[in-house]
Amino acid sequence: MATAVPLTLLSPVNAVGRLTLGLMALVGSLALFAFRGLVASLSLPWYGGQVLRQCVAVGFMSLPVVGLTAVFTGAALALNIYTGGGRFNAEQIVPQIVALGITRELAPVLAALMLAGRVAATIAAEIGAMRATEQIDAMRTLSTDPFRYLVAPRILAGIATLPLLTAVADIIGIAGGWLVSTLSLGFNPTLYARATIEFIEPWDVTSGLIKAAVFGFIVTLMGCYHGYRAVGGARGVGRAATRAMVWSGVLIFATDYVLTSLFTH
Amino acid sequence: MKARAPILEWRGVTKRFGGKLVLDRLDLTVAAGRSLVIMGGSGQGKSVTLKLALGLLRPDAGKIRFEGRRLPGGLRGAQQRLYRVAGVLFQGAALFDSLTVWENVAFRLINADGLGRKVAKAAALEALEQVRLEPAVADLYPSELSGGMQKRVGLARAIVARPKILFFDEPTTGLDPVTADAINLLIVDLVKRLGCTAVSITHDVGSARTIADEIAMLDQGKVVWRGSVADLDQSRDPAVRRFVRSGARDAT
Ligand SMILES: Nc1ncnc2c1ncn2[C@@H]1O[C@H](COP(=O)(O)OP(=O)(O)OP(=O)(O)O)[C@@H](O)[C@H]1O
Ligand SMILES: [Mg+2]
Repeated sequence: MATAVPLTLLSPVNAVGRLTLGLMALVGSLALFAFRGLVASLSLPWYGGQVLRQCVAVGFMSLPVVGLTAVFTGAALALNIYTGGGRFNAEQIVPQIVALGITRELAPVLAALMLAGRVAATIAAEIGAMRATEQIDAMRTLSTDPFRYLVAPRILAGIATLPLLTAVADIIGIAGGWLVSTLSLGFNPTLYARATIEFIEPWDVTSGLIKAAVFGFIVTLMGCYHGYRAVGGARGVGRAATRAMVWSGVLIFATDYVLTSLFTH
Repeated sequence: MKARAPILEWRGVTKRFGGKLVLDRLDLTVAAGRSLVIMGGSGQGKSVTLKLALGLLRPDAGKIRFEGRRLPGGLRGAQQRLYRVAGVLFQGAALFDSLTVWENVAFRLINADGLGRKVAKAAALEALEQVRLEPAVADLYPSELSGGMQKRVGLARAIVARPKILFFDEPTTGLDPVTADAINLLIVDLVKRLGCTAVSITHDVGSARTIADEIAMLDQGKVVWRGSVADLDQSRDPAVRRFVRSGARDAT
C-alpha cells in the first residue's frame, strides 16, 4: 500500500517521475512539431515566394561568415596536421588530412554552427514576435496554415541551402589549407592540389553534404519550434531565441556523432 | 425571433488560466443574420469568448458549435469552414509587420484564395476606402501607422473577402468620434444590407446601440443579462446599469 510509505520518502521518486513526464512531453511536442513541419514542407501547396525569400535570408546571407570560418579553419588545420605529421616524419600527409577533415567533418559542422548562431535565433525571434502579437492567430483565421506559410519555407531553405554553403566551405576550407601550406610550409602548389584531388573520394564530400542537409533541418526546426511556442511577450521572445541557438548547437553535435558512426559502419 | 436557428453557439463553456476561472459554464448563441454585441468590464473574458469560437483557445469544458457542427472538428472540419467565411478583427489589430498595408488587407485573397496580386490589390484598396483610409497608406508598413489607423487596416482585412460572419474585438476603440461613427455604420450596413452575422465586443454603449440587434452582458464568467437595445434602459441588472449610466455621462 502506498500509504505505508512516508510521503517524504516518495518525493525523490516524485521528482524523477515529474522530470521523466516533462521530458516525454517535450520530446512528444517536438516530434509532433517536426512531423507537421516536414509534412508541410514536403507536400503542396508551397508558398514559393516565401521559400525563395528564406533561401536568400538563410543561405545567401550566411555566405560571408561561412566562408571566413572555413578559410581560417582550413589554414589552422593544415598547421596542426603539419606539426602532428612531423612527429612521424609524415608532413606530406597535410593535403590529404585537410581534405578529409574539411569535407567529412569541419565544413558541415562549422557551417551548421554559424547558421545556428545567425539563423536559428533570428527565426525564433521573428516567429516568436508574431506569436506574441497574435499574428499567427490572425493568419489561421485568414485560412492560411502557419506551418505552410512560416515553418515550411524556413525548413526548406535550411535543407536546401546548408549543403550548398557546405560545398562552398569545402572549397574555401581546402583552399585555406593550400594557401598556408604553400606560403609558409614550403609545399609545391601544384603537387598539393594534385594530392588533394587524387586522394579525395566522392563519398567524403557526399557524406558531408548529407550531414549538412540534416543540420539545416535541425537549425531551422529549432528556430521555428521555439519561436512558435514563445510565451510571455518580449521576454519570451528573447528566451526563445536563446533556446533555439543552444538547442541547435547541442543537437548538431549529437546528430553529427550519430551520422558519423552510421557512415563509418 | 426564437425561430431562427443559431449559427454559432457556446454551450456550458468553461475556461481557466492557471487557477483563474475566466468563463464559468457560459451559454451564448448568435442567430444567423443578426448582430450580437458582447459587453462587459475589462478582463471579464470577452476576447477569450471570441478566441474560443475561433479555435485559438481550447475550452476546458463545454461545446462550441458553428452551423450545428462541433468545433474544432478535425483537419477539414467545422473550424476550417468557419475560417473560410469569417472576418476577424483582433483587439490589437494583429497586422503582419513584415507586409505592407495593402498586402495585409489582401493576405487572404493572395494566400488562401489564390488571386493575382493586381486583382487582390484593387480589392484591398476598395476595402481601405470603406474604412476611410487613403490609398496613400496602402504602401506603408503597419509600424508607420497610428493605432487607430492600424485598427482600421485590421477592419479592412476582415471585410475584404465578403465574409458571412464577422468577429470584431473593439472595432471603434481608439478612433475619433467621426471615424467611429463611420465604422459603426459600416458594420450596420454589412449586417442589414449584406446579411452578415456579427459578433462584436465593445465598451462603448453608444456604439452598441447603433450596431447591436442584441446585447449580452458578460460578468464573472457568465452572461448576466441579454436583451435587445430597446431593453437596455429598462434592465435592472447592476452591471448593465453601471454601463448605461457611464455611457450616458460620456455622451453629454
Ligand atoms: N493567454 C492567456 N493566458 C493567461 N491568461 C489569459 C490569457 N488570455 C486571457 N487571460 C486572462 O483571462 C481574462 C480575460 O481576458 P480577456 O482578454 O478575455 O478580457 P476582456 O474581457 O477582453 O478584457 P478587455 O476589455 O480589457 O479587452 C483576463 O483576466 C486575462 O488575464
Ligand atoms: Mg479584450
